[in-house]
Amino acid sequence: MSSPCQPATLAELAEAVRSAPRVIAVGAGTKPRLAQIAGSCMRISTAKLTGFIEYEPSEFTFTALAGTPVREIAAILAERGQYLPFDPMLGEAGATLGGTVAAGVNGPGRWRYGGLRDFILGVRFVDGAGRVLRMGGKVVKNAAGFDLPKFFVGSAGRFGVLGEISFKVFPRPAATRTLRLRAADDAARVQILTAGAAARWELDAIDAALDEPAVYARLAGPEPALGGLAAEILGRFPGEELPPDEARERWRAVGEFAWAPPGGSLVKLVITPLQLPEVAAWVRVQEGARAWCSAGGNVVYVARPAGAAWPASPWPGLRLRGDGELWLGPRRSYAVQEAVKATLDPEKRFPGLEE
Amino acid sequence: MSSSAYSPVLRRLVALLPAGRVLTGPAQLAAYESDGLTAFHARPLAVVVPETQEETIAVVRFCHAEKLPFVARGSGTSLSGGSLPVPDGIVIALNRLNRLVRLDPAQRVAVVEPGIVNLAVTAAAQPHGLHFAPDPSSQPVCTIGGNVAFNAGGAHCLKYGMTSNHVLGLKAVLATGEVVEFGGPSREQIGPDWTGLFVGNEGLFGVALEVTLQLLPRAECFHTVLAGYATLEQAGDAVAAVVASGLLPGAIEIMEKLALEAATAAVHAEYPPGCEAVLIVELEGPREVVAVERGRLEEILAASQPVEIRPARDAAERMAIWKGRKSAFSAVGRLSPDFIVQDGVVPRRRLGEALRKINTWSREMGIRCANVFHAGDGNLHPLILYDGRVDGALQQAEELAGRILRMCVEMGGSITGEHGIGVEKRDYLGVMFAPEEVDLLRRLRAAHDPFGLANPGKMFPESSAPALAQSGLHPLEKSGVISRE
Repeated sequence: MSSPCQPATLAELAEAVRSAPRVIAVGAGTKPRLAQIAGSCMRISTAKLTGFIEYEPSEFTFTALAGTPVREIAAILAERGQYLPFDPMLGEAGATLGGTVAAGVNGPGRWRYGGLRDFILGVRFVDGAGRVLRMGGKVVKNAAGFDLPKFFVGSAGRFGVLGEISFKVFPRPAATRTLRLRAADDAARVQILTAGAAARWELDAIDAALDEPAVYARLAGPEPALGGLAAEILGRFPGEELPPDEARERWRAVGEFAWAPPGGSLVKLVITPLQLPEVAAWVRVQEGARAWCSAGGNVVYVARPAGAAWPASPWPGLRLRGDGELWLGPRRSYAVQEAVKATLDPEKRFPGLEE
Repeated sequence: MSSSAYSPVLRRLVALLPAGRVLTGPAQLAAYESDGLTAFHARPLAVVVPETQEETIAVVRFCHAEKLPFVARGSGTSLSGGSLPVPDGIVIALNRLNRLVRLDPAQRVAVVEPGIVNLAVTAAAQPHGLHFAPDPSSQPVCTIGGNVAFNAGGAHCLKYGMTSNHVLGLKAVLATGEVVEFGGPSREQIGPDWTGLFVGNEGLFGVALEVTLQLLPRAECFHTVLAGYATLEQAGDAVAAVVASGLLPGAIEIMEKLALEAATAAVHAEYPPGCEAVLIVELEGPREVVAVERGRLEEILAASQPVEIRPARDAAERMAIWKGRKSAFSAVGRLSPDFIVQDGVVPRRRLGEALRKINTWSREMGIRCANVFHAGDGNLHPLILYDGRVDGALQQAEELAGRILRMCVEMGGSITGEHGIGVEKRDYLGVMFAPEEVDLLRRLRAAHDPFGLANPGKMFPESSAPALAQSGLHPLEKSGVISRE
């Protein structure tokens, strides 16, 4: 068998979990803060836990091992004209399916049909006692048992190690168009975000740049339908359509956090669209901070150079990169959360949520 | 009833609440003895009707302190016996805890109490061009609290997901008495998805007090097509062709012959003659998109050997197609004194095979069975007809239901797509999950409810039989308000 820290099967993964008093799973390390644990904690790499278990294009479902890079998944789905509509992030950087679920980070496409939580169907995972357990299912509709697959989205490896994951997929739209709409200030950004959300256009994505006066809107669907929709949007909000290469590069930069200073810290803040001006003002007073608002104004990613001190955040947040506390902003904790932790990880083999 | 007639525990419960909240009269209790799974009934000790979140919390904390089992209930439309009372416990009826707490059209969010009716949310959102997407066919009466507890579905799940996909956050009182708040108004979240874990708990974790729902803009344009086929296989092949084409219809439904006949008799629905099956496909979206996609859909259907294709030419024709579809269940139900509905799921490509098996068993066992199903997501709805007054008929019907459930699991599907396990399918939890997985589910329940007081007897196999059998339609069904699907 392979090294205990690089299991290649679920049985080996379970064995790896049992082999140390404290363990944390790591994928490609693209969101390193999640696995940055103080003290001794064995790192279990999912690097060898890769590949599709099954893919049924006619069912709109696939099951893959947790270490499979999302880039590979996207490529295989694309061959059959399908995709994960939430635009898995950090594909070029090597992000894995398991790490993506554990971090709970969605791309701009989550706007239209929902995010990881809306497409995950089932999981096979290893609990803190080293047991391989399955929850959820492999079909697109299932209401049997408690929805542990959803629970694992954003769970940061603190309740179990994901071994294999089943997802629903959708047919990939034939064409896309990206519009850059002028937004002179934050009030204009909010106006475009909320109007775009309510309009008949069914936008595929709508993100706001915070360091240029612009909102980016993406249409997706059959090519002959998009021209008229784009023209109507540009009639309402001045701006321009991006040439295909520029559009591709724009969304690539969003998906890879290419705008964030290298080596610095990166956090995800959960907001609502009307909070954007306040969040933007908070970001702007911080030295060297850059930010990108995604998912129609429901999330802001903020990056700062290494070493910069962060003020307390008024909004709930998760640190993906850099030193400092994992969670930012106001938090609530309940006895039941401890009880669920004790159920899945009685010996506290995985780090606590606060670590 | 004078207070001296109450048992000591009920006297303490009555003392806890404003007057009139606790019902114990036999006639009052009778209305709560059963739910949409009419084969079972049980009389609770009392029914409590709280009017505020504080009263609800007080009742649950009282139950915890007194070790008194409780069953939270909305409108009692569960098809899996999910709100069946327990004889040694109380029912907490949430119909008066039904405020629309906040409607935020700009951010497309509604905050509601659990007793609000599903369709009332959409009614409130409609002036703003918005709606609440989950549309179980009991939506004129079923409550959001019940939708949350059982993760209710509907005809639009392939594209839009189930209730859980539209719940952004919630406040609940757990069976321990702890009040929790998970999630919030944002569509994004951080940390483990506690909201997602709660939705679909079948009432085994506690009682939702306030639910934050996402609202969606209503599609600008719909295009609905009804196509008749000489055989069920051809209808199934047409579904496969639609799905393979890259279209993502809002709904794909199939009705079988017995259901077509019943709908024709009940609501004068008209179907092409000589059809064993009818397929309904609905496209929706901006008009430019639908204009392109409808051409594509027509090509696909024309090549699928239909007997006839009938596109809805206007809103009235579209409504007529849906009226026939949505009435099919209660219509078939009128053909028989009793029926049970299954909602197992099979992989879509095995729909034809699954239906052949069901029909073979149905013939062999001499039990009539009608099929209407959400073809787009492989969600079967075999409706098994029986006469509860005939000795052994219910058992026979359950035997057929059991075969169907096992088949769904063997084909890689699920024992329930949207009705939940409840009382009805609890003996099949172990068919779908391994013993250690059932054990994990039990331990997760215990983490929320260590004494097992919240909705006992549901989801998990138990040794005791749940309740007595009865016969006949649900009162709301008789009046045509609800149907079972």
